This record gives sequence, C-alpha cells and structure tokens, in this order.
Amino acid sequence: MDPTAAKFIGAGIACIGMGGAGIGVGTIFGLYLSAALRNPSAAQGQFANLIFGFAVTEALGIFSLLIALLLLFAL
Amino acid sequence: MDDPIHQFEIIKYITLGRIGGHEIAVTNSALFMAIAVIGISLLLIGGTSRRSLVPGRLQSVAELSYEFIADTINNTAGKEGMKFFPFVFSLFMFILFMNLIGLIPYSFTVTTHIVITASLALMVFLTVIVYGFWKNGLRFFKLFVPSGIPWYILPLVSAIEVMSFLSRPISHSVRLFANMLAGHITLKVFAGFIGLLGAWGIAGWAGALLPLALTVALTALELLVAVLQAYVFAILTCIYLNDAIHPGH
Repeated sequence: MDPTAAKFIGAGIACIGMGGAGIGVGTIFGLYLSAALRNPSAAQGQFANLIFGFAVTEALGIFSLLIALLLLFAL
Repeated sequence: MDDPIHQFEIIKYITLGRIGGHEIAVTNSALFMAIAVIGISLLLIGGTSRRSLVPGRLQSVAELSYEFIADTINNTAGKEGMKFFPFVFSLFMFILFMNLIGLIPYSFTVTTHIVITASLALMVFLTVIVYGFWKNGLRFFKLFVPSGIPWYILPLVSAIEVMSFLSRPISHSVRLFANMLAGHITLKVFAGFIGLLGAWGIAGWAGALLPLALTVALTALELLVAVLQAYVFAILTCIYLNDAIHPGH
C-alpha cells in the first residue's frame, strides 16, 4: 500500500477512539444532570467531581485525536 | 493551507553558549515562560500591595485564586496538605498563565511541548515519592496493598496498583500537552478553511462566515479548556500528594 494512503487510513481509524470518549462524557454529564434534578441542593457539592471526571474521560478522546493529528501532520 | 503544526516551532533568539555539545539559547518558549512569570508576579504583588478591607479588582482576583486553590487542597488532601500550598499554587498559576497567554494570536503556547509538561509532572511524581518515604518510611508501600482484598487476588491487585502508580507522570503530562496541542491545531485548521473559502470570490466569502463563527466558538471553548486543564493538573497534584500524606487506602 502507498505509505501516504496508509497514513490517512490510520488517522481515520485513530479517530474511532473519540467515539468512546464521547459516550463517556455523555454518560458523565447525563448522570450528573439526572442526579442534580433529583436533589438540586447536593448538586453544587459534586461540581468538582463532575469536572474532574469530565477531564479524565475527555483526555482519552484527546489522546486518539492526537494520534490522528500526529499521523496527518508530524510523521 | 498553511501547516497547522508550524505554530509550535521553537525559535532561537539569543544563543548563550554550549553545555556538553548542547546549545543553550533563549527561545520563544523561554520568553513566554518569562512573560507568564512576570504576569503572575504583577497580579499577585500588585493585588496585595495596597491591601484594603473591601478589595479592588486586582485584589479580588488575587484573593479568589488563593482561596480557590486553598479549598481544592483542603477538600482533597486535608489540613496536612496545606504545607504543599505554595507548590500547588505555583503550578496552577504557571500553567494557567501559559495556557491563557497561548490563546492570544501570534503568541506561543509553552504547554504544547511535552518536555515542559513532562518536567512539571515528573516534579510532582518525585515530590510524592520523596515525601511519601520521608514521612511514612516503608509504610508508604501500603499504597500498593489495598485493605479488604482476599489474599489470592492481592498479588494481581498490587501489580495493577504499581503499574498505575508508575504510569501517573505519563497520563498527567500527556493530558495537559495533548489537550492544548489538539485544541490549537483544531483552531488553526478551522482558521485555514476561512482562507481557502475566501479565495473563491463573493460566494466563498459568504461560505467563509461559517468557519469564522466556528473559530470564534472554538476560541471560547479553548478558553474553558485552558482554565480547566490548569485546574485538573492542580487537582491531580493534590490527589497524588494525598497518597503521599495518607498512604493507606
């Protein structure tokens, strides 16, 4: 296979990982919202945990995007 | 389209000399780190020089940032963690300022280079190890032996705990670096679409409004990410320091 074509295909495959991060971030915010609507008074105290969970999950999606960008531009 | 990686190029301004065949120079990275330090100093010294009971704008920002980090440390590492306040506060402010200064067009984002974030993460990692052994002695190894685990799966769990402990500096540094890098590349790619569409004449100008709006929206998102990643770096530092202060699970 042509190496350039393989690079582009690889970048596309690497982006699949972002779907998983999307599911994770959606789960985090969805569950936070449903819990916050059940008990609004306790919601503010869990905001730091929400942001922490979001950042840790979102980082995994960013990692796969990074691989794709490295394949496209850096290698 | 211009290469979106081009913005991360290190440019040498003044070569100071050589140490062991390695060139030591003042680069744009060093320049923007110095700007960040000057900015932090101006904010904090200026905010606290004319102390008043009813704080002005600068003093409010200085006090807010102090209380924000103090609360974070208290909530994650407890009262004993407050002795690490200067460390965590410096890390947070330094990363926050480098991220925010990087959002200004034509400036350089220092945190998009993994050597910077990896040194900061390794500093945290070594602090945790040295302080953990200094304070707890060999009891620091209790970190790898969670209590309440049946003996037959304990070796497996301990191995996983050791692996996750050792991979901390990698995830800690790559998280900040990759977020900033990916954000800035995305910004530049969308900004490149404006130029590409604009070259098509009148119809292209109308079409270029869409990527222009997206670039503005992405800049707002990047502002959020810049603050968030600095906060995440600080809170992870607190959580890791908490392991050194209270090693038992």
